[in-house]
Formats: sequence, C-alpha cells, structure tokens
Amino acid sequence: MQTLTRIIEKCKLIAFDLNYFQAKDWKNNQDDRVLIGYMPIYFPREIVHAANGLAVGILGVGDRKQIVKGDAFYQSYICRIPRGIIELALDGHFKSFDGFIFPSICDVIRNLSGMFQILKVGTFVHYLDYPQNFKPNVGGEFYEKELQHVLSEIKKINNVPVTNERLNNSIQLYNKNRQLLDHIYNIRQEYPWRLSAEELYYIVRAGLVIPIEEHNEILEDVCGFIQKEIGEPVDKIKVLVSGSFCEQPPIGLIKTIEMAGCYIVEDDFLIGSRWIQGGVEDNTNDPIGALAEAYLKKSTFSSSIYDIENPKEKRLLELVKKRKVDGIIFAAPSFCDPALLDMPILQKACDDMNVRYVSFQYAENTGQFKNIKEQVGAFSDSIKLWGEQLVEVD
Amino acid sequence: MAKSNSKESMKVEKEKSMILQKDMVGKLFKDLSMAKQTGKKVVYTFVPGNISELILSFDMLPVYPEINALQSGMRKLSAGYIREAEKYGHSEDVCTYVKCDIGMMLSGNIGPTGEKIPDPDLLLLSYTGCFTFMKWFENLEDLYPGVEIAMLHTPYQSRGEITPEMTQYMVKQLKEEVIPKMEKVSGIKYDENKLKGILENSVKTGELISKIFETPKNIPSPIDAYFAGVYYIGPINIGFRGTPEAVDYYQELYNEILLRIEKGLGPVTPEGVMKEEKFRLVVEGPPNWTSFREFWKLFYDLGAVIVASSYTKVGGVYDMGFMHDPERPLESLAEYCMNCYTNLNLPQRIDLLEKCITEYKADGFLINSIKSCNSFSAGQLLIMRTLEERLEIPVGFIESDLVDPRYFSYANIKNRLESFFQMLEQRKMFAKQKVV
Repeated sequence: MQTLTRIIEKCKLIAFDLNYFQAKDWKNNQDDRVLIGYMPIYFPREIVHAANGLAVGILGVGDRKQIVKGDAFYQSYICRIPRGIIELALDGHFKSFDGFIFPSICDVIRNLSGMFQILKVGTFVHYLDYPQNFKPNVGGEFYEKELQHVLSEIKKINNVPVTNERLNNSIQLYNKNRQLLDHIYNIRQEYPWRLSAEELYYIVRAGLVIPIEEHNEILEDVCGFIQKEIGEPVDKIKVLVSGSFCEQPPIGLIKTIEMAGCYIVEDDFLIGSRWIQGGVEDNTNDPIGALAEAYLKKSTFSSSIYDIENPKEKRLLELVKKRKVDGIIFAAPSFCDPALLDMPILQKACDDMNVRYVSFQYAENTGQFKNIKEQVGAFSDSIKLWGEQLVEVD
Repeated sequence: MAKSNSKESMKVEKEKSMILQKDMVGKLFKDLSMAKQTGKKVVYTFVPGNISELILSFDMLPVYPEINALQSGMRKLSAGYIREAEKYGHSEDVCTYVKCDIGMMLSGNIGPTGEKIPDPDLLLLSYTGCFTFMKWFENLEDLYPGVEIAMLHTPYQSRGEITPEMTQYMVKQLKEEVIPKMEKVSGIKYDENKLKGILENSVKTGELISKIFETPKNIPSPIDAYFAGVYYIGPINIGFRGTPEAVDYYQELYNEILLRIEKGLGPVTPEGVMKEEKFRLVVEGPPNWTSFREFWKLFYDLGAVIVASSYTKVGGVYDMGFMHDPERPLESLAEYCMNCYTNLNLPQRIDLLEKCITEYKADGFLINSIKSCNSFSAGQLLIMRTLEERLEIPVGFIESDLVDPRYFSYANIKNRLESFFQMLEQRKMFAKQKVV
C-alpha cells in the first residue's frame, strides 16, 4: 500500500540520483525519445515533452559527490554549482543525454554553456536568452524564436514533428503540475506540520528528473495524504526563504531552518517548477505564443529578471502578505552575484515595511550548520517573544 | 632572471595625443559638473556595447559608472568606497566595480576631477556581455528612485553568430524603448540624419583604432596593447566615439605610433621608452587598477610587451570585420553591441585569442583572472588549456581584482610572473639551440 512515507522515500532516491537512471530508462524504452538537460532556473519543459523528450533538471551535485576535476576548471571565487556540473559531464553521467539548455541567469551559467561546447558534451548546447523586454511584439517574438530553435535542434535528433495538438497536450500536463504544486503550498501554508520542507523538497525535486505524468500522480497522492490532519503542530514561526534559486541549499540547511523554530512555507529552492504563476493557455492554435505570453506576463519575480515596471521588492512583499509569514530568511549561495546584489534592495524594502529578516550565505556542500542554527533560532525566538503583528503591506 | 630594462629618462615627456585625451576627458567632466546649469541631460550607461552615438545625437552627456570605479581604483579611493557599500549591505563576494560605484555615490559622487557628478536623468541599461550590469542598474534605480530607465537587452552570441532575429530584436528595442525614452528625457526628437553623421565619424575612429592595434605586429612592438592600450581605448569608451575630437585624437595617436615604428622604438612606459623587447605576450582579462603602475612595471622591467589583449576589445571588437555603417544606423549600433568581446561565446573567444597569438607572434599567453568579473573569469582555465593544447604555447595565470586592493598580492603576482618569464626564456633558448 502506498503511504506518504514511501512516496517521500522514493522521491528522495530519485531526486538525488546523479546518474539519472529513471530518465535514462525512460529514454531506452522508445527509439525516438530524447533527454534534454537544463540548468536552473526556469525552462518551459512543455516543448521538450511535446517533442517526445524529457527535460531533466541539472542542479549540481550538492554534498553527494566529491568534486575533483571540477575544481580544476574554476577559480576559488566562483560559486560551487558549475564545478559539480562539469564533474558530472567529465565522469560520464550525461551519457545518453542529447542536448543541454543553459537559461540566461548569470555569467557563470552563460560561460558554462561555452565550456560544454568546447568539451563537446551533448549533440547540441543552447544558451536560452530570456528577453528582458516584456512587450509581446519585441521580447515575446524574440523568445518564441528561441523556443523554436530548441525545437528544431531536437527535431534534428529524433525527427518527431511537434504539432499544436502535442504542444497543447503538454501544456495541459504542466498546468496540472503547477496547480498541484500550488495546492500543496497552499495546504502547507495553513498546516506546515503535515509535510516538512525537507519532504516537500524531495517531492518537488524528483519532478525535475521523471516524466511529468508520473510526477503528477505523485503530487495527487501527496495532496490526498496532506488534506487530512497528520502530524502535530509545533510552536514555530512561518518564514519565507529567498535567494536559493540556483545553487541548491544542502538538505541539512533546510532541516536546520525547520529545526531551529521555523516552518518554511514559501521558498525559491526549485522555483522553475512554479515559475509560471497560474496556467498557460492550453487550447490554442499558437501554443508557442502562449508559452511566450506566459513568460512575459505570468513569470514569478526573480534575480535573473529586471522587470522595470514590476519591481521584485514589491512582489516579495506581496508574497509575504499572501503567505502570512512572520519573517524572511535570505539564504544565498556564496559568490552568487544575482542573489547577493539583490539583497540590499530587498532588505531595504523589508526595513521600510517593518518586515523582519535574517540573512546568511551557504554553499551546496556546506556541512556545518551550527552557526546557522543559532542565527535562525535567535531570529525565531525574537519573533516569538517580541514579535508584533506585521505591518500591513499594500 | 632578466635584469631591469634601462630607460631613456625617468622624466617622460607627454606626447600630443596624451594631452589631447586629457583635455577631452577634462572637458567632459567639466560639462558634467555644469549639466544642471546648462540644462544638459545626463545618461548613465555602460562601456561594453555602449551606444554613445545615439546619446550624442540627443545632445546628452554620458556617465560610465565602471569608468568612475576604475578611476577611483587608480586614485586609491576604491577601498573606502567598497567599505561604504559593504556597510550598506553588499556582500564581500560580489563585483567590486558595483560596490566601488555605489560607495562613491553614497559618499557624494565626486568624480576624478574633484567635481560632483550629476544625478542621472536616464539610466540606459545597455546590458551587454555582463549579467552583473543588470543588477548594478537595479541598485542604481534604488538609489535614484523615480529616474527614467531604458533597457537594451543585447542577445548573447551563443551560437557564434549574429542572426537577423537578434539584430531585429535589438532594433525594435531601440525604436520602441530606448529612443522614445531618450526623446522624453532630452525633449529632442530623434534625428536619423544626425545619427548618420555621427556614425560617419565612428567609422573613421574604428578604422584608426584597427590600424593602431595592428601596429604591435611590428617587431619591436611600438605600443603596449594592454597597459597603454587601456588609455588608447579611453575616448571610444567614455562617449567620444562619433565625435570629431575622437577622430583627431586617434589620427594624432596613429601618426605618433607610425613615427615610433619608423625609428624602431618600443612602447612608452611610465618610466620612458622600453629599450629591449624580450617577450611578446597576449593577455586575457582586465587589468588591476588599484596597483596599475606597479603591475605594469612588473612587465616592462622584465622586457615583456603585451602585443594584444582581450580587454581592449571589451567596448567593441573590430578584429572580426565589424565597422559601423551609417546607412544602417540602428542595425549598426545593434551589431556593435553584440560584437563586444564578452558577448562572444567561449569558442569564439578562443579563436580570437588564437588569431592574436599567431598573427602577433606572441611568445606566451597570460591570463589575469579577476575576482570580480565572472563574465571574463568563468571558463578562463579551459580557455587557457585549450590554447596551450592547440598552439603548444607557454601559458601563465595570475589572479587579482579590478578595484579591491585586498585582492592584489604584489609578491604572489611577481613570483608567478617571474616563473612564467623564466619559462619563456628557457623556451627561447631551446628554440635557438635547436636552430644551431
């Protein structure tokens, strides 16, 4: 019989399988299937699905693999994530992957795309240049061409024609996935003790390396389990974690935050899965246009986007209000320019609105959490002991 | 180890081009300091992929925050400014250009001439080849609330080419985003004919710059294309490209260099003319600014001349056939932006460096890896390895920073350079023995 514990255990195994066995097995079952690896943060996986492919999220090695070769490719002042990715490439973990997508999030990931080109990893390497212009006839058009280029690269490999019908079907599946994730986050906001942040992390991360149909089934089961009361509420504050969207925090860090007196009810750990806020039009003659429109109008806020008309500090404060959190934990990877350069802006906005926060840095392989536990514990205690109601954020 | 080169004289007479440049820069900062009185509008923008011709066509004045930062570095002010920014909440890990600039603003925004740099009327985010630029301007927007912002997103040459879609995307942004904002801020209507006229000067400037940076193919090289090169690219990178003054400056500079070639002279250093050219190097990466003179001295003392560098191509690359085209003004500006060195993909960068090493007959390839600059630094070790394998050339690697003096370790760099030069010397010796 399926239990929540079993689902979590299964997801934990899948999520941290650096050999991507599930994805490779899926590919081996049919001749014209392709595997497309993609780096953080967001990639419209729908288009790969419609081309009979599986988009596989590549998130570095965390603390699960010792980096030996990767360090020879990077100076000490560059973040950890690309070292692990290079190590995986050189150790043959990406054998049977067909292509790689590098979304435009920072200079390190951008240049990693060139390193893959030089090292000849995969049949194609595409740096997906996300538009910073949000007009449909300007940035939207450019983005559509980027997506079409990815499709043409895949077609060269498997010759599968991508029809509107196939794309609409894929969009529907991913819409469902987004709805289910949203539902789980909504339940957790009210009843965070029913599923810990660590457990949720395994469940979401597993979805990046298995077919969407399978992940939707998992999410439906999880929703079923956490609809009912399970576990015991504990006197903890509710927090939002911000800044961990690319290089992932070690599991020990997520556990530490929750053990130090916080429920994480909102985060940006695997934000690509929830990037599009709401649904994408899924019954249309122009599904690529629909994906582009969703990117332009329904993207979440992010350090990799400068939406002049829609500032991220305002959107962060809206999220604080929506999730009714007691405070924010700014946790960013060391040497992460996008996350760290956002901090003063976001923190100033928090100061202005009297939103409490604490901040620290980590690396994906951080192993000592004592300091963080003390820092977060003091933060949680201070709010529990002396916290007042949050100032209304309009 | 090689001994120091003797110099003609410690008292170096300034060449006419140096004086011309000093006057141009001085006038720009004077104009900036008077901007509020004269009513001139001020545009903050970035060096790589700068579209200064368009700014000029609206009669506005440019400010380049990274130029301010490097000037602060050279004037030994950056450490204090960086501290200010870190006090304001910036991490030690992030780009020091950003922190130096923000610290300078927080400290009153006093420019290199001692006069206040005016607040921006427009932030023109020409976001080319460096993701951190985007974050930088988000921070500036926060410091200047309500300022007009124009975003110009330059697509990366990930496939090693500029496609018509990329150019079209940029031209649309220029037409629908940048030009309307400039019209609004300046109160002046866009005049394409005026822009074409300015671009005609850019062509002349571009041609002269190409010729100037070709001259190190001579042996001995008449110029140092890195340490002196950063001065040579000054005018095109601080807003003078497209002006008659820039054409005059580059013509004068070119004439001076031709004269040097005729006389068989080496480069001018801060301590006079370099007598003996022992090693010819190609350098990748920006220089360190806080100890610029000491850094340069480490090279000329040992007879090393930089014959080509990637950093002098940061504002735009002419080596691959690009030249402004006044008949296609906006397309041409777009292509200029996309052609910047850091907007090239890694295989293109390697090919360009290979071309330099081969054509300029370099003895070695050196990387100055900058802690602050991921756009340059990420991937440099693979670039180095690839060039070493491809060309069987000695390679060297040193680390420093742009404007944070905490990351300039003189002894470390000196040690590494001395070992590198020893390697070059031995290699030359072996080559000579082989011939014998």
